[in-house]
Amino acid sequence: MFASDVLFAQNIGFAIIAAIMVFGALRVVTTSNVVHAALWLVVVLAGAAAQYVLLAAEFVAITQVLVYIGAVMVLFLFGTMLTRARIGAESDLNNKNWFFGIPIALALFVAMAMALDSGFGSQKMPADAAVVTTQEISDQIFGPYLLPFWALSFVLLAAVVGAIVLARRD
Amino acid sequence: MFAEATEAATEVVLSSGWFLEHAWVIPVIPALSFFLIIFFGKRMPKKGSEFGVASMLGALVFAGGAAYQWIQRVNGAPEGAFVSPVVKTWTWWQNSGVSFGIGQHVDGLTVAILLVVAFISTLVQIYSLEYLRGDRRYTHFFASLTLFSAGMLNMVVAENMIQLILGWEIMGLCSFLLIGHWWEEGANSRAALKAFFTTRTGDIGLLTGTAILFFSANEWTTKTLGVSGFSIRGLSSWALSGDPGHAAITMGAVALFIAAIGKSGQFPLHTWLPDAMAGPTPVSSLLHSSTMVVAGVFLVARLYPVFFKGMDILGGSANFIVVIGGITIVIAALLAFVQTDIKKVLAYSTVSQLGYMMMGLGAGAWLPAVFHIFTHAFFKACLFLGAGSISHSSSHHSFEMKKDMGGLRKFMPITFGTWIISTLALCGVFPFSGFFSKDEIIDNVGHNGYNVFMIVGLAGAFLTAAYMTRATYLTFFGQPRGASAGEHHEEESHDSHAAHDDHADHGHDAHDSHEAHASHGPHESGWLITVPLVILATLALGSGFLNAAPFGEKWEHFKKWVEPSAEVVSPTGIAYVVGGVGETRVASDTPTDSTVAPDAEVVTLVEGEAGPEMLRSTPASGEDAHSTEGEALMADASGEAHHESPCGTETPAQGVCMAPQIHHAPFKWSKAATSMLIVLAGFLLSLFVCIQLYEKKNKKFVGLTERNKVLGFGYKLLVNKYYLDVLYEKIIVRSIAHPIAAAVYWFNQKVLDGVVNGAGTTAKGIAGWVYRNIDQRVVDGAVNGTGNVAQGAGSALRPVQSGKVNQYGALLFGAAAIGALVLVIVNT
Amino acid sequence: MFVNQFLILAAVLFCIGVYGVIARKNAVLVLMSIELILNSVNINLLAFSMRNGSLDGHTFALYIIAIAAAEVGVGLAMVLLMYRNRRSIDLDELSEMKG
Repeated sequence: MFASDVLFAQNIGFAIIAAIMVFGALRVVTTSNVVHAALWLVVVLAGAAAQYVLLAAEFVAITQVLVYIGAVMVLFLFGTMLTRARIGAESDLNNKNWFFGIPIALALFVAMAMALDSGFGSQKMPADAAVVTTQEISDQIFGPYLLPFWALSFVLLAAVVGAIVLARRD
Repeated sequence: MFAEATEAATEVVLSSGWFLEHAWVIPVIPALSFFLIIFFGKRMPKKGSEFGVASMLGALVFAGGAAYQWIQRVNGAPEGAFVSPVVKTWTWWQNSGVSFGIGQHVDGLTVAILLVVAFISTLVQIYSLEYLRGDRRYTHFFASLTLFSAGMLNMVVAENMIQLILGWEIMGLCSFLLIGHWWEEGANSRAALKAFFTTRTGDIGLLTGTAILFFSANEWTTKTLGVSGFSIRGLSSWALSGDPGHAAITMGAVALFIAAIGKSGQFPLHTWLPDAMAGPTPVSSLLHSSTMVVAGVFLVARLYPVFFKGMDILGGSANFIVVIGGITIVIAALLAFVQTDIKKVLAYSTVSQLGYMMMGLGAGAWLPAVFHIFTHAFFKACLFLGAGSISHSSSHHSFEMKKDMGGLRKFMPITFGTWIISTLALCGVFPFSGFFSKDEIIDNVGHNGYNVFMIVGLAGAFLTAAYMTRATYLTFFGQPRGASAGEHHEEESHDSHAAHDDHADHGHDAHDSHEAHASHGPHESGWLITVPLVILATLALGSGFLNAAPFGEKWEHFKKWVEPSAEVVSPTGIAYVVGGVGETRVASDTPTDSTVAPDAEVVTLVEGEAGPEMLRSTPASGEDAHSTEGEALMADASGEAHHESPCGTETPAQGVCMAPQIHHAPFKWSKAATSMLIVLAGFLLSLFVCIQLYEKKNKKFVGLTERNKVLGFGYKLLVNKYYLDVLYEKIIVRSIAHPIAAAVYWFNQKVLDGVVNGAGTTAKGIAGWVYRNIDQRVVDGAVNGTGNVAQGAGSALRPVQSGKVNQYGALLFGAAAIGALVLVIVNT
Repeated sequence: MFVNQFLILAAVLFCIGVYGVIARKNAVLVLMSIELILNSVNINLLAFSMRNGSLDGHTFALYIIAIAAAEVGVGLAMVLLMYRNRRSIDLDELSEMKG
């Protein structure tokens, strides 16, 4: 009974978080205030971190909080403040042809939903999934996936150099 | 005893040693030195050259130690046994199940080439101390030269294909850097680009071939040898195992050979090598004659089993390699006649000699070809350094034989003497080193049944003798001309042939100091130049005796030390002998005997003291099918030290082969005398023509090419280098690149702005395009087709090119959504 | 828990992100929409990782987070450059690439 209680609680938690995330995401793409959009994005990213915890990925969840909510969002806010003279609602954040996005997004969603439905139907997650420990992940990264890790290090280096070169005044 | 397979084998203990086990250090030394030169070179008293020379001396000592210990290893092994290479591997990188090693694969071929590369590099660096003294980019020159040596040595010791590619590409980069060393001169930087792009064209083949072979061989090598499909050892034994499919190994071999064509300047990609002479002379000497350009030959020799099976060498008909090699010999030798630049003569001579090596490899003359790499390195490096010595000290930095040289033998006795020795070696005159390698190639090519190519080889020998006589005559005999006679060029005339001119860059710092002594007239060069010349000339004379076939088998040291034995060995390197004594290529007519019943295969153990004598005396009656042929061949092959092995002709039932069985032509003085006569005829005829043409200005000869139509046509063809450059640069490049550029230009110019966006217009445009296009096609046929496609596509795509990122995004995701929907609906 | 509940959530976030990329004119908002897309991919990876009992999804989710950080860094640097040059970060003014 206990296990199913946990499962039930998980499902409730999932539904609440998912609803918040979808709402937040919609606000990100519809709000007329750039700073508000950034704050709504924080909500979505935090929700995603919560979903990662549900998916037994605690290390990824913590990384999400640290990197995304901590660093990336600060970057976004800095970007907003450095490029916008005033902070507040604006009317012309959308394209002239913004409405094309709706059918395309809907078509994509229909395609994915059909594929997912036929592919996974009512498959369930394994109920006894163990929480993935940090040690296991580090064994993966520094073992079989060392090469992508190196490649990624070079990408980050290039990004740092590139960002400095692009943004500096000269 | 013969009927039962003996799988157990006692290990033949092969000696090893510190230098052999640590051969991987050899490329590391110059690699470290490169960084030292780059970071600290300019602050050093000798501007970093001391690092270069010291590191090359270190590499030379290590290579010498490795060679000595390898010889010990071979001598300690039973005669005719397979001496396993010293292989070491460390994991270089790995990713989820696939891992690559880095390490060393040291066998006879490796130590021979290591020794050559380290040796020539050392001498060339010493020579450069004087030749480039005061150059503007002196430090960078030594850095590139050292990095090149690191790359080449790394390629030579490479344990697997990835490591080999690493070294190969480092060499290509350094070749580019060094050819363009004086890049202020437009011609030099063009030559550098041309060399780089042409060899890159071939390098596509290297990557493709490596990939093909990896994916074909990986499973087999992992299972049998426990190594990846990149391993040299794995690929060699895989090729001879009977596992590879015909298509896979042929495609792999052809792709790799294309890389060798590019790197080794074989026809039709040889055009970059003569242009590469724009680099400083030490570079030409090191990279573009003796070491880097033999990388392609080395690749073929290294993976010889792959080429042996893939190209069907010794299969009775001409194959790709031998044909390319043969063509290269003749066309390059002919081109050498019309050159007036002494370095270009030598460049075409190099191309031609590389053709000999390739032809030898393609015709199954593995050892003579490798030996030719060895001897050619010495005498060709000596010739180039001699040419550099002339231009440095006597001809005011010009390489024009007709304009600026002549009569130099009196002024430069040492250069002249070393030049003559190397020329005789190049022409293959007994007893100079070229004789023992080149003549063996020609002889073996004929022996293996490629008679046409033997004649090509002899014709090449005739041409070689003739053009070298011409070059020698123009340089050292007759009257001094131009700069050698103390004249100074007008700046204009100097610039007019700047393309061929090494030092034409007047801006470079060395010039002033040379100007001072160049005006004193021709003189001998300093000891930093003459000492390397003398050393190389000594080797050009003497190195042939390492494998002097004419004096009997005990003189054939190189063969003993370098040629891998075609013996069936266990995957761990322990020697087996499979198939008894008499199994020969004759047996390949009935290959089923050995494959159907592997239990009947005879596995004999090679004990420490069991030489071929014991093997030969073993009765071959266990194999009824082959016994008679076997005995017949035993008598025939009594002169050969090697027993017959099935390697190369059929699949070994147990164990693996590391090298195919190759026969050597028995040396005959009559054949050697024939080729000597041909060379002599080349000398005399060429000397006669030269004297008539240049000395006596005989009316019959001067201007013959203008009077005689056939000769004139030939001359024109040669001067224009068979129009190959025109073909590449004007026709191929322009026909591919030019329409693209034109189309892009048209697109830029004609596509108007202000077009209504939206899907409706797009659809209308596409509909209109389809309508017009089909209509047009029906009416006009295919003549206007291509133009209409371009135009139609342009007008259809016009509204799409709005330049707005969002719109591109919308199109991308829209197309993805439609595609995904279609896929989902179709699949559910 | 169903497998699909996570996948559908990821699909919804992805489509919202796609809508944002298409509809938004402001460069910073487009970058935010791209972050939505990347996050949906991460949810997908982790859901499959749990379903298959493998760790590969975790590894790549971490790599994607790092890549996203790099992307935002370079993207915002470009936005700054754009703002400095034309005092505006509206993407529809950037049409030099027009054919």
